[in-house]
Amino acid sequence: MDYILNIVLLACINMIAVAGLAIFTGFTGLFSLGHAAFVGIGAYTSGVLTYHWNLPFIWAISAGMAAAGASSLIIGIPTLRAKLRSDYFAIAILGFGEALRVSLENLPWTNGARGLSLDELSGPVWVIGALVICLFLTHNLLISRFGSLFAAVREDPVAAEMAGINLFRTRLLSLVVSAALCGVSGALLAHRLAFIQPVMFTLTQSTQLLASVIAGGMGSISGPMIVAFIFSLLPEALRGLNMWRLPAYGLLLVLIMTYRPQGIMGYQELTDIFRKARKRFK
Amino acid sequence: MFLQTLVTGLSMGGIYSLMAVGYSLIFSILSFSNFAHGAVIMLSAYIGLALATKAHLGFGLVVTGSVVGAGVLSVLNEKFAYAALRRRRAPSLYLMISAMGCSMFLENMVYATIGSRFYPFPAFFGRQIVTVGGSSLSLLDLFAFIVSIGAIVALHLFITRTKMGIAIRAGVDDMTMCSLMGVNTDRLISLVFFLAGAFAGIAGIFLGIRYFVYPTMGWVTNKAYIAAVIGGLGSLPGAMVGGLILGVLETLISTYVSSVLRDVFSFTVLVALLIYLPNGLMGAETEEKV
Repeated sequence: MDYILNIVLLACINMIAVAGLAIFTGFTGLFSLGHAAFVGIGAYTSGVLTYHWNLPFIWAISAGMAAAGASSLIIGIPTLRAKLRSDYFAIAILGFGEALRVSLENLPWTNGARGLSLDELSGPVWVIGALVICLFLTHNLLISRFGSLFAAVREDPVAAEMAGINLFRTRLLSLVVSAALCGVSGALLAHRLAFIQPVMFTLTQSTQLLASVIAGGMGSISGPMIVAFIFSLLPEALRGLNMWRLPAYGLLLVLIMTYRPQGIMGYQELTDIFRKARKRFK
Repeated sequence: MFLQTLVTGLSMGGIYSLMAVGYSLIFSILSFSNFAHGAVIMLSAYIGLALATKAHLGFGLVVTGSVVGAGVLSVLNEKFAYAALRRRRAPSLYLMISAMGCSMFLENMVYATIGSRFYPFPAFFGRQIVTVGGSSLSLLDLFAFIVSIGAIVALHLFITRTKMGIAIRAGVDDMTMCSLMGVNTDRLISLVFFLAGAFAGIAGIFLGIRYFVYPTMGWVTNKAYIAAVIGGLGSLPGAMVGGLILGVLETLISTYVSSVLRDVFSFTVLVALLIYLPNGLMGAETEEKV
């Protein structure tokens, strides 16, 4: 029972990060290969705070969230202001992630590549509570005016700009919110696994986050949530096939782009589908 | 000491140039970042390794085999992962995601089948050293530099002097018009991917000899993207110059400042360049700046 609970909690933590990336990639239409870096910043900020100063967990999570959000400004302000093509942006943020990993390995208080052992603080209440709050906030953000701004920028940046939308501010807001969610996920992850290491936050993790968002569907939150949950459970169910998980993700991305580029739930939510189904039965 | 550093830098830069040229070629014709380029480089190194250790071929045949192998792989990659998207005129974001998927698939297939061991290449050059003006230069470095430059010059001649080269340039300029004029664009794109793969093949061999052969060795193509951006995306002379500049700068940094800071430095250069000089040193004006 403990084993299953543990996996479900890790899946929930992963879902928070995927929700963050879904805001940025799925709703604002920018491609990121570096969001694991924000998870890492959240994990390390909170980890260092509880490890060296024994800060209460709630403050550590908040600090991790704030640090991830603030650090996204470092990369976001210059690159988004320059209105880079989406692939330039993806490469720039990839570079940011790599630079961060190198720094983490060489900073004095992160214990370098050997990693940091922490207390196991994120119990079920923390994780599930955080997931519910994060999803609630995400949902509210996306149905607000800002959600419409994000979608407008995604669909046609030129038309959006003509309509008076400030591309830079809209994209930056989306990046900061998504990074902050990744930071929360990182803080929870660090205190769930009770151990963090710089290699846990590299390109492989960024691609897994991205794979969940793309497979779940652009412009949808429930799609990526379902996929993130399944992606976190599957490797446990298929223990023996663990080696083949990543090749399968890769193949899945290619197949989805070729046959169903909108993902399993492109541009709709579970609630939309229920509503449609109900109409059909009436 | 300085001359030695410079030559090491130039040889690393030559390898960066080879990768940047392949990347730039594909970018210029389909305008998306081919993230699978690194995986092709990695596989070409494995092909070369197999030819050298299992078949005991000489250096020339190893390079030829790996160039052809990588070229074919690159064409297959296009047929499987990009052709359908390209025909549907999908946004370049989709092509990029598909490329990312390919790279993930290929890299992890190697993990799952061959394993994550680091394989050394047989010593083709040993530790032979040439002494010039009191500093000792490694033969491998000189050779890598000369071959890279030679290959890029040959490609430049091919593109400017032959009929196929003219077709490629026409395709870069306007693909639709090109196909209306009776150029078989599918074949044209396959040709471009073959060329890009061939350059990846040479780069893979040199990388393998310099370091080791392992599944994530293709990640070094991030540097090739930076090199291509420095020179200006889509410009071949630009890719060469960008690669050399990056190689020399990086070697200078790791020799005189700190080897840890090398990668941080390269990515800082990238971000600074993208912001202040987005068209690079020799790039044409980019229309799409969204």
